[in-house]
Amino acid sequence: MADSDQSMLPLPLDVLHRRLGARMVSFAGYAMPIQYEGIIAEHLWTRSSAGLFDVSHMGQILLPPDQAPLLETLLPGDIIGLGEGVLRYSLLLNDSGGIRDDLMVTRRANDLYLVVNGAVKAADMAVMREAGLAVDYREDWALLALQGPQAVAVLEALVPGVAALRFMRSAGFSWAGHDLWVSRSGYTGEDGYEISVPADAAEAFAEALLADARVKPIGLGARDSLRLEAGLPLYGHDLDQTTTPIQAGLAYAISKRRKAEGGYPAAEALMAELLDGPVQRRVGLAVEGKLPAREGATVFAGALPVGTVTSGGFAPSLQAPIAMAYVAAAHSADGSPLEIEVRGKRLAAKVVPMPFKAKNYVREGGI
Amino acid sequence: MTTYFTKEHEWLRVEGDIATVGITDYAQAQLGDVVFADVPEAGRTVSKGGEAAVVESVKAASDVYSPASGEVVEANAALADEPALVNTDPQGSGWFFKLKLSDVSELDGLMDEAAYTAFLATL
Repeated sequence: MADSDQSMLPLPLDVLHRRLGARMVSFAGYAMPIQYEGIIAEHLWTRSSAGLFDVSHMGQILLPPDQAPLLETLLPGDIIGLGEGVLRYSLLLNDSGGIRDDLMVTRRANDLYLVVNGAVKAADMAVMREAGLAVDYREDWALLALQGPQAVAVLEALVPGVAALRFMRSAGFSWAGHDLWVSRSGYTGEDGYEISVPADAAEAFAEALLADARVKPIGLGARDSLRLEAGLPLYGHDLDQTTTPIQAGLAYAISKRRKAEGGYPAAEALMAELLDGPVQRRVGLAVEGKLPAREGATVFAGALPVGTVTSGGFAPSLQAPIAMAYVAAAHSADGSPLEIEVRGKRLAAKVVPMPFKAKNYVREGGI
Repeated sequence: MTTYFTKEHEWLRVEGDIATVGITDYAQAQLGDVVFADVPEAGRTVSKGGEAAVVESVKAASDVYSPASGEVVEANAALADEPALVNTDPQGSGWFFKLKLSDVSELDGLMDEAAYTAFLATL
């Protein structure tokens, strides 16, 4: 197994993960915890209490605030009009409208703060630099996520004031003399926070969170099952350079002003695709029975192959297999009966709305 | 009754020419939470080293290769309702299938418990 692979780069919380008994795997070139006590237990704990995730493999990038117009040439979000402390989900696009990465952009007082996926961060930064952006890669910051219905009460006790943040809003706070950047956001479908913390304070901060009995450490395995239930796409699986925002059901990431003005990669083609309807769409599939359908499985409508599973597994909160797939538009309506082939067997499946599990976001601040 | 182990982390408990086959505690710990076990039906012929079963954890599907050749005489029906038996009792009630061995000499190269424990220590 990969437990002792020396080629994996350690992240700031490496020692803590190993002390907590994590199974470490190579992910995006780093040693990352895949699980501690078990994926199902960690998943359910996050849904009922609060889970602490280390996502320090993700790229944290600063850009000068006056480079918003230049950033807008790479993505379809309204960054110029972004208010201070507001997060915007956006998509770095290639020249044919395919997705290079999905990311969060926040305007802060003195910079634009970007969080990009770990596996493609080097490529993202190359594209940004080529466009003339002054990329400041903050490898000296760790990134933690605290997610679940108890996350607000837990973090408020440690960092007073965070409860007042609204969903998709962020602000600077301090803990034990260290600067934190706290966003009310996440990737689990639960209420909670993502917290940027200086790497040299990350272990002490994580331990302070874990000292609260409501918090347990959660690995990447449960992060994946939680985001799948929440219907959130995973870059490299459900999104890639061959899928467009329209096909992915992420047209909302094209801001209203940008739809009208264009000026992002493949703007005309994407507007035409939005108008005409895409040839394929990302859909949620509820799978009958207990056998999970995995990434790569072919989706059929009768004898006709009409799509491919891009993420699939067993949903611990639903006790059933679920999947995301790209299917031909004609078979993408909710309720469409489909079949997925797994090891020569056909599993009955049905297109269902996502999220599979209702989200527990809190739109207003407060506990 | 003798129990044998493979380097692929399967075990066989042999009584006469019938072998009960499952995966070891080490294997279940590596897999994590098992949510589905696709075990071969009675009557199916399997060959040593060939795919016999698939065990699905939350994260991934893993093949289980038959550690010996023969005809499946019974599949563990309990796994259909309770696949987690593979995690909680891998070397007992979490067995996969029973095999009527076609060539008992195939067992010769397998490890006993002491050898398997020593093998695990090298991983």
